[in-house]
This record gives sequence, structure tokens and C-alpha cells, in this order.
Amino acid sequence: MRQIITALALLAVALPVLAETTAIVGGKVHTVGPQGTLENATILIENGRIQAVGAGISVPNGANTIDASGKIVTPGLFSPVGRLGLVEVGSSAGPVDSEQRGEMFTAGFDVADAYNPRSTLVAVNRIEGVTRAAITPSPAYPDDAGSYGHVLSGLAAVVNLGDDDVLDRRGAAMVVTLGESGSAFADGTRTGAWLVLRNALDEALDYRDHKGDFERGMRRDYMHSIADLEALQSVLTGTTPMLVNINRASDIEILIGLAAEYGVRPVIVNGAEAWMLASEIATARIPVILGPAQNLPGNFDSLNARRGNANILIEAGVTVAFADSLSLTHNARNMTQSAGNAVGDGLEWDAALRAITLSPAEIYGVSDDVGSLEPGKAADVVIWPADPFELSTYPDQVFINGVAIPMKSRQTLLRDRYMQTSSDLPPAYRD
Amino acid sequence: MLAAIGLLVSACDKAAEDEAATAYSSRYEALPGGTTLITGATVLTGTGERLDDADILLRDGKIVEVGMDLSADGADVFDASGKWVTPGIIDVHAHLGVYASPGTESHSDGNEMTAPVTAQVWAEHSVWPQDPGFVTALAGGVTSMQILPGSANLIGGRSVTVKNVPGRNVMDMKFPGAPHGLKMACGENPKRVYGSRGQAPGTRMGNVAGYRAAWIEAVDYRDKLAKAEKGQGEPPMRDLKLETLVGVLNGEILVHNHCYRADEMSIMLDVAKEFGYKVTAFHHAVEAYKIADLLAEADTCAAVWADWWGFKMEAYDGIRENAAIVDLADACAIIHSDSAIGMQVLNQETAKVMGAAARVGVDIPPERAIRWITSNPAKSLGIDAVTGTLEADKMADVVIWDGDPFSVYTRPERVYIDGALAFERGNEAVNPTTDFTLGTATGGAQ
Repeated sequence: MRQIITALALLAVALPVLAETTAIVGGKVHTVGPQGTLENATILIENGRIQAVGAGISVPNGANTIDASGKIVTPGLFSPVGRLGLVEVGSSAGPVDSEQRGEMFTAGFDVADAYNPRSTLVAVNRIEGVTRAAITPSPAYPDDAGSYGHVLSGLAAVVNLGDDDVLDRRGAAMVVTLGESGSAFADGTRTGAWLVLRNALDEALDYRDHKGDFERGMRRDYMHSIADLEALQSVLTGTTPMLVNINRASDIEILIGLAAEYGVRPVIVNGAEAWMLASEIATARIPVILGPAQNLPGNFDSLNARRGNANILIEAGVTVAFADSLSLTHNARNMTQSAGNAVGDGLEWDAALRAITLSPAEIYGVSDDVGSLEPGKAADVVIWPADPFELSTYPDQVFINGVAIPMKSRQTLLRDRYMQTSSDLPPAYRD
Repeated sequence: MLAAIGLLVSACDKAAEDEAATAYSSRYEALPGGTTLITGATVLTGTGERLDDADILLRDGKIVEVGMDLSADGADVFDASGKWVTPGIIDVHAHLGVYASPGTESHSDGNEMTAPVTAQVWAEHSVWPQDPGFVTALAGGVTSMQILPGSANLIGGRSVTVKNVPGRNVMDMKFPGAPHGLKMACGENPKRVYGSRGQAPGTRMGNVAGYRAAWIEAVDYRDKLAKAEKGQGEPPMRDLKLETLVGVLNGEILVHNHCYRADEMSIMLDVAKEFGYKVTAFHHAVEAYKIADLLAEADTCAAVWADWWGFKMEAYDGIRENAAIVDLADACAIIHSDSAIGMQVLNQETAKVMGAAARVGVDIPPERAIRWITSNPAKSLGIDAVTGTLEADKMADVVIWDGDPFSVYTRPERVYIDGALAFERGNEAVNPTTDFTLGTATGGAQ
């Protein structure tokens, strides 16, 4: 009897393993890895991980086989900035969990615990191929009570858009706002914003070097809380990147100097005038996250905004990640349109795909795990019926950590309800 | 005697109105152009037709003919084989010039947020023609657009339709003969702006009460004018606000109503019914797909985004198929921008909807979809008799694309406005540069 139970137990363990093997066969696979692009290739997925990628790979018996003949297969898309899962309705409805006001925290504000994997935005974006996202705190402009945010908005996280184990990395970046936007949080001056940042870094250094004295009350008080100063420690070691919202070329020049001085690792976000300093940014190994369509000045910081910014930077060797050009978190999915437009403006197709998959993964230090189709990486895979950058293309199936997600969102439900033109019932009585 | 004086005063008022019309009327003059023959193109006419390997002849600012194997002496011949040709793109929802780039506080001229009903203001009196957005829109194929006041007010003022040829002032750009529009707004914006000041409207029901009160005044003003016209009493003193509203009641000014939710659009159709005016188009209309049949019945257009949603509660039910479902119901679908960035790619926004519709088995071919950004907006602006399609005698507002306009990789190669070459990709000798962009590193059209 005991033996039988053991055998049954083994069976119970063995069966799900078999069921968790998936083979996507026959597609044109853009690995964005060393294997490049493979025709008629197989991707073998076991336990949520990519086991093998290549042509002529044998599919194990019992594997769930998905025919992708004639289809395009890419890694899942990585949204490089935004508030997915932190915001539902931005204006007058909430929740908005990306913004922090008041005196309690600046650098130490961490958005990770506010992420909601059941947000309607998650399904809307993942069925269109977005499988990972950096979720970033945003600078809070004054509310009705006049309370506003900070030059240091706090800590970003990396999440996957699946249903389980959604938090990939807490404290994935420190978000900073400088330039004209940052001046709003520093007595209205650009210089003030730089001083706030420098002071925060200086205090964090002082705290690091004199922690014992500080704890014994033998060190001066700091303007920042201990939580803030602790959060800055990995920024000072260059482990955690510093996402800097910045546009003007002269500010970028200052940033390059500051990065060298403190040994911090900045990532430029927006960077409207970054193209003017492409070689300097490349030399300083500073990545840029941008929406390639932003070609008009929002203010004088982006006076020289132009189309082609992204392509000039990539050409110079800068690591670039594309966001949706209108920076609307709800439509992070439109990063494929960004990629397609960059190609239309002359970028190589493969480089554009990299800018929405592997490059953002590298920026956040998670490229060992995601961003390309390589053995050992998480199985975030998208099967497209045609060129994914074309505006009329929508995914057939999206996998996140090897799980085929339901290709449904609140939007597809609304669509299906209102396309039932044959029903005489009021909509509320339809599906 | 009194009656006679009344008549005289009325006549003077009439003269003043005519004078006003002259005072602010279009002084647009087309750029110099010659005779152009575009040959061998895939042509989407905007009438729902597609012609392969077709020619188009432009002369004296007009389309002479669209057909096969055309010829013309002395024409500048452009070989468009492998390329596509469409009517000029028309954006029914622009704020260029009234919310110009750079978007500084000094450029915030689109919302007269000082009272919920400001029908007396005209957007054209805010338009800054040096907005670099006109040039980037041109590079995206936009040849005409409607510039609207913002949506803070229940009734925000008159819109203006312009040709996208930057001039020294708005009169240089005004589309000849185009009627004015009236911007109205439903929903969250007016109630938030005024409610937060403890002022009416503070609710959606307050919004509706506000529209009705304004129309009651307008009807009264119209009736007084009519009576005075017949010699029955003094004409009222000229009132710019009511003059605009009476223009709507008389069908001379077209209503463009910012409204997101299906329930609110339905109510606005009833407000129109109560006072005897027509809603020409709902703008944004993210829930138009829920009432496509009502829109078809009312002959009201839905001017929508391809995919904006969720940035506010009334936009929560936005779906990509919105325009397609409206079109399927034989209502008038329009893709609009409300954005200086989005305006540059209205063709791409349209393509997203085509793909979304195809996903559920609804085939919308290019010749049908192009109407959403050409002839349908022209209709909603009351300029469809003269532009919006490629037909003989219409204005030669034409875009030559370097491929299928619904591909993300395609760009406008040439843009003609009234037969003149207004833009050519990569040709700085042709392309305009606003004063504002002079001396910047980017220069002209990007």
C-alpha cells in the first residue's frame, strides 16, 4: 500500500511536469540573442523557462505543441517606463499610486507594494505583447492643498504582467526629475534641483561613512530620512541605476559630469535634445529611454526636439529603449508603433526590436532573465500573425513565464458585447 | 416712425454683422503652383474608391481629372508608380496655435475659463501662426484642420477651419468659405473647472441645465431679432455670445461637441432636439460604439481616437474598434488627434483600428478607411463640396505617400495644397519654417 501511494505521488508530481512542456514550432523566431533570427524554429519551454531554441529541435512526447508556421515569434515586450498597475484612472478617479507628496519620503518611496496585477491596464497591455514593465514613481505636481512632490521621486520596480509571482525586482531604479520640470520641486530653479540631488547624494555618502556616529547621535541631522538615505546607498555604488527625467542638452552635460563625480549610473528619460550629445552620451555609457515621435518642444528645455533623436543615438552606440510616444501608461502597448516609426525613419528592424525587448531589460539589470529568447531565460514569448511593428498586427498568443495568458481584456469584452448586433436585449443582459 | 427707426437700427446691425464678416474673413491665398500630373499611383479617392495605376492632373489649384493615361502639355510630371495618393488629411480636432508649442503658460490660449458659457469668443483670435506644430502636421500630410477652443466650458466658443499654410495671421490661413464651428463640452471638464470653484456647473445635471439656459437665451434673442426685422419692436443690442448661438440655431454654425460617454451623447442629442439644432459631430466619443445606431439616425459624426482610454473616468470604456463599429452602422466615423504629435500620424491611427477590426473578422479596406481622415472630417466641417476627396473641380489638396499609407513605415513624400507643392520630404528648399524654429538646431519640418 505504501508503495502504491508513493507511485501515485510520483505520478502526481510527474504529470504536471509533462503538461508544463510547451513547444512553439515552425515560426520565424527573432531571438534578439546570439542566435539571431531563425526560420522554421522551435522554442521549447519547460517550467516557465526556455529550454532550447533552434531549428531541428526534437519535441518531447506529450509536449503541448503550438504551430507557429507562417508566424513571427519574438520575445515579450518590455515597457521601459510608466505606471502600469499603479494607476487605474489618472484624473479625478484614482487610484494613482505612483506619486508621493509631503515630507515623509523622497528617495525611499517604493512603488513595488502598490502594484496591482489585476489592474485593467495589465490585461489590455499584455494581450498586445507587453510582458514586462518597469513601473516608475512619477513627480507629483501640486495638489489642491498645495502639497507637491520631490526631485527624487523614489524607487521603481520591474514586474511581469502575469498572474503569479509578479514582482521581479524591487528597487530597480531611483527616479529623479531635473531641468525645468525638476525646478518645480526646488524653489523654482534649475540649479535648485541639481542642489537637491547633490545634497541627497552627499548626505547618503556622509551617512554611509558615519553611520555609527549618526546612530549614537554624534553626527549632524540630515534633511533626508534614514529610509531615503538607505535607498540611495545602492545608487552610490552604481548598482541601482538613476532614471533622470531630463531634456536640455546643457543639463545632460551637467549630468554626465555628475555621474563621473559620484560614480552613479544615470539613465536619461525623454532626452529631447540628447541627439545633440550623442557621442558624449555613448562614451559615458548612459542609456536613454524615449518616445521617438516626440518632435515638438513642450517647453524651452526641448527646443531642439526632433524626429530621428532615437536613431541618431543608436547609431552613436547608445543603448535606447522605446516607450509609447505619448507617454500614456494606458497605451504602453503602442511601443511597437514607436519601433515601427523608428524603422520608417531609417533604423534597422532588428535594432528597433531590441529597443523594446532586450535594451530595457539591460537598463534595469534583468537581461540575464528576460529580454531575449535564449535557453535559461523566462519564457516570455509572443506569436504574431505578421510583422509586429505594423499597426494592423495584433498578437495571436502571448506567453508570460511560459503561461499562455487568456487573450482577453475588459476592452475585448466590451467590444464583443457591443458587436452582438443580433441581440435585441439591452447590453446589460448580453454577455 | 418708431418702427422705421427700428428697421434702420436693424439694418445697421445687419451692416455691422456684414462688416464683421468682412473684417475677419479669409485672406488665404494659395501658394504659387503650376500644372502637375501625378502618374501611375495607387489612388484612394476618399469617395470609397480605389484606383490602381491611376493618374491625377492638378491645374490652377484644382483637380482636373483622376483617371487612366492622362496627359497635359507643360505639366510637371511626377512618376508615382509604387506610391499611393490620397486626399489631403483633415484633422477635425486641433489646438494648434491656441495651445501652441512650446506649451508654456504664455501659450495657454485655448480655454476662456472665466465663465461656463463663452460662445462670444472665437478660437481664431488666439491662433498663433508661428506654432511649429503646423509644419510637423504638414509633414504628416495634414492640409486642413479645425482649431477648437478647449473643453473647460459648456460652450467654449467658435472654432476656425484653416488651410495648413502658415501665414502672418489667422486670416491668411482661414479656409475660404468654411463655416464656423461651435465647441461644446460634456462631462468631467466643465463640472470640475466650475464645481471646484463652488460655481455652477458642479455636476453632469448642472452641465445640462447650463446648456439649456444658454439655448433659452439664444431662442429669445433670435425671436427678438426676427420681430424687429418685421418691424415689431426694438432689436436687442448686439450680443456676441447670443449671435453665435443664433448662428447655430439658423444652421450657419456647426456644433462640435466634446462628449465621451454614450449616455451623455444621447442626452445631448435630446438637448439639440429640444432647441432645434443639430449636433454635427461628437468629439472623443470613446463610447460612440455603444450608440452607433443613434448616431447614424441623427446624422452625427463621431470623431474619435484610435486607442486613447482610461486617462479619465469618462474614457474608461475606450476600445480600439470604436471607429470601425461606428462605420459599420453607416454612421460617420472620423479619426481625430487632439494632439500635435498624434496629428502627424492620423494615417497610422486609422491603421490601428483597421487591424483591430480585422481581428474580429471585420474587413475595412484602405479605400473605406481613408474616408475617416479625409471626406468624413470634410463633411463635418462643411467643406466637403470643395475638398476631402480626389474629384474633378475640387481643391487640389493631395498627398503622395511613398507606400501604403496604412503601413507604419510609410511617409508622405509630397503634399500639395491647392495644387501647390507645400511640402516635400527632405527638400528644405520647399518646406516651410516658422519664425519660432528659426535658429534652432532642428530647423524646419521634422
